[in-house]
Amino acid sequence: MSTPLDRTEVERLLAQDAQLVEVLHAEGYADEHLPGTINIPLKELGEETVRQLDPSRPMIVYCYDYQ
Amino acid sequence: MSPRAAARLESLGFTKVYDYVAGKADWGSAGLPLEGAAAPWVGELARSEVPTCRLDEPLRGVRERVRASAFDTCIVVNEHGVVLGRLGRHALRADDGATVEEAMTAGPGTVRPNLRGRDGGEADARAKPDRPARYPLRRHPRRPPAPGRCRGGGRLRVLADRLSHYREAQLREG
Repeated sequence: MSTPLDRTEVERLLAQDAQLVEVLHAEGYADEHLPGTINIPLKELGEETVRQLDPSRPMIVYCYDYQ
Repeated sequence: MSPRAAARLESLGFTKVYDYVAGKADWGSAGLPLEGAAAPWVGELARSEVPTCRLDEPLRGVRERVRASAFDTCIVVNEHGVVLGRLGRHALRADDGATVEEAMTAGPGTVRPNLRGRDGGEADARAKPDRPARYPLRRHPRRPPAPGRCRGGGRLRVLADRLSHYREAQLREG
């Protein structure tokens, strides 16, 4: 079960080399995203697309808000 | 959506998965940096040095402070920076004996720092043309509940102009 984070905890984890993954569609990502984020839309999450992620580092996923 | 994505990543073998449930709306509304084609956001264009004052201050001192600034308005905030009111030009001319609380307009409109500049310009275009609104910026994440805190201010029409100049400069740079 993943751990929910608030903004302060996100900033703390980013300082510890965490990866950011935005799971919105590509257009939403292109419009605005957190600096340094990788975009993998939810529908495209799979063995191929996650190869660009480093499993040894913490991974923070986000979308727009509480949707 | 992000809880499902986090669950999917775990199913793919990732063990250090965290879910930023409030997402980029929360990040941007706190005035933290964003990147992307929607740049610039109002928070980048607004002026953070807007004068502020407290409810119980005598108006005379506030007026002098505003005169010394580049603004003709003052945002009234509480001890936590939460926006309570605004002193416009007319209010600033009130009797010296008046307090800020007596002279201010309560509950002014605010916008979040992550409002896109072009959206801010559209909002201002809908305001009364002869009295364009000035908006303090607020920080107002949806959860946990928190009142809007003043982070800056500006006239949205001015922000829209600055956005236009920004876009023209981008086009010139190719």
